[in-house]
Amino acid sequence: MDLWNVYQNNYLIVIVFLCLGILLPIIALFLGRLLRPYKPADSKYTTYESGIEPFHDSRVQFTVRYYIFALMFVIFDVETVFLYPWAVVYEKLGIFALIEMLIFVFMLVIGLIYAWKKKVLKWN
Amino acid sequence: MMEGLLAAEASWLNFGIFFLLAVVLLFVVLGFVTYAILAERKVMGFMQLRYGPNQVGGRFGLLQTVADVLKLLIKEDTIPKLADRPLFILAPVIAFTPAFMVLAVIPFTDKFYFADIGVGLLYYIAISGLTTIGIVTGGWASNNKYALMGGMRAAAQMISYEIPLVMSVIGIILLTGSLNLNDIVEAQKNGWFIIWQPIAFIVFLIAAVAELNRVPFDLPEAESELVAGFHVEYSGFRWAFFMLAEYVYMFAMASLITVIFLGGWLPLPFLGFIPGAVWFALKFTVVIFILIWFRVTFPRIRADQLMEFGWKVLLPVALANIFLTAILKELLNIF
Repeated sequence: MDLWNVYQNNYLIVIVFLCLGILLPIIALFLGRLLRPYKPADSKYTTYESGIEPFHDSRVQFTVRYYIFALMFVIFDVETVFLYPWAVVYEKLGIFALIEMLIFVFMLVIGLIYAWKKKVLKWN
Repeated sequence: MMEGLLAAEASWLNFGIFFLLAVVLLFVVLGFVTYAILAERKVMGFMQLRYGPNQVGGRFGLLQTVADVLKLLIKEDTIPKLADRPLFILAPVIAFTPAFMVLAVIPFTDKFYFADIGVGLLYYIAISGLTTIGIVTGGWASNNKYALMGGMRAAAQMISYEIPLVMSVIGIILLTGSLNLNDIVEAQKNGWFIIWQPIAFIVFLIAAVAELNRVPFDLPEAESELVAGFHVEYSGFRWAFFMLAEYVYMFAMASLITVIFLGGWLPLPFLGFIPGAVWFALKFTVVIFILIWFRVTFPRIRADQLMEFGWKVLLPVALANIFLTAILKELLNIF
C-alpha cells in the first residue's frame, strides 16, 4: 500500500509540472495582452522576406534528405528502446545477453555502413 | 520532507503542496534564467576584452535582463496574416512545457528532489525529445521561408544528436543497473562516472550542446544566414518563450550532467563537511561556465560537417562504448 502511494504521488508531481508548464505561457501571454499596445496596420501583418514582397507559398517540397535522416532516426531510436531494458537487467543476464545484443547491434551497424557507402549520410 | 509527502496518500492536499513547491522551483528557474543570461553576457565580455552590460542596475548590470523582459512584455504582438494561427500560438507552449517538465525528476540533493520515479533518466530523454515538435511547428506555422528552413534544420539536427545522447548514457545504466537518478548518484560513491565513463562523458557533452542548439551547433538560428531561423516571425512574449525554453533546457541539461557524471551532491574526498547543496551548486556552475566558454571559443560548424560528425563519429563511438563497458564488466566478474 505504501509503495502504491509513492508511485501515485510521483506521477502526481509529473502532472503538476505538466500543468504548470502549460499555465505559465498562458498566464504570461494573458498578462501581456493587458499591457501591450494594439495598433494594427496592414504592413505589419505581411510575412518577412528580407524586405521584398513575399512570393509563392513557403511550404514547398523539401529535399528528401530530411526524410531519410528521419527514417534513420526511427531505426536507431527503436534500437535504444531495446538497449535500455537490456542495460538495466544486464547484471542478471550475463554473457549470453551480451552476445545476443552484439548480434542485434551488429545487424543495425551493417545498415549504418550500407547507408554510409550509399552516401546517404552526406549532406550537400 | 519529500519522503514523507511521497508516502502519504495521494489527495488534493498533496496536489496543492506539490503545486506550491513546483511554483517555487519555477521561480528559482526563472531567476536562474535571468542571471544566466547576464552571466553569459558578462563572461563573454570578459573573454572578448570588453565590459558587457554595465548600465542598467549598477556597475554589474544586475537589472539588464529584467529590463529586457519588461520590454518584451510590452511589445506589440503580431501574427502574420499568412501564418497558421492556431499552430502559431501553440508552438511556443509545446516548446516550453517539456523544458519545465523534465525538471520534475532531477534530484538536487538527497533530501531535496521532486518525483523519484524508477525510469527517471528515460523520462528525461523521452520528454526532452518533444521540444523538437514545438520548433518544427513554429517553423511550419510561420509560413516563412527562413522559418521553415530553420525549423527543418533544427529537427534534423536534434534527431541526429539525440541518438548519441541516448546511447552514451547506456554505459552508465550498465554500471548502475537502474534508471532512477537517485540510484545513479548513490552508485557514484566509489568514483564519479566521469572517471569510469570518460568516452560517454565526451559524447554526451557534445551531443548535449547540439541538443541545446548552442554555438558551435546553433545552425537552426544562424543569424547571418537564416536571419533567426524558426522564430523569425515571432515577436514579444511568444518569442520570449522559445528563448526561455532554451535556457530552462540549459538549466536542466547542466543539472543532468552534474547528476549522472559529476556525482550530483556527493562531496570530494575529505571535504564531506560541506553540505550537498553547495556541492551540487558548484558542479552545476562549472558545467554552465563550460557551456558559455564553448560559445565564445568555437566558430559555428557547417551543416554538412554537423550531420556527418553526428552519424559517422559520435554514433559509432557511443555504440562501441556500450560494448566496451559491457565486456569490461563481464571480465571483472570473471576475475
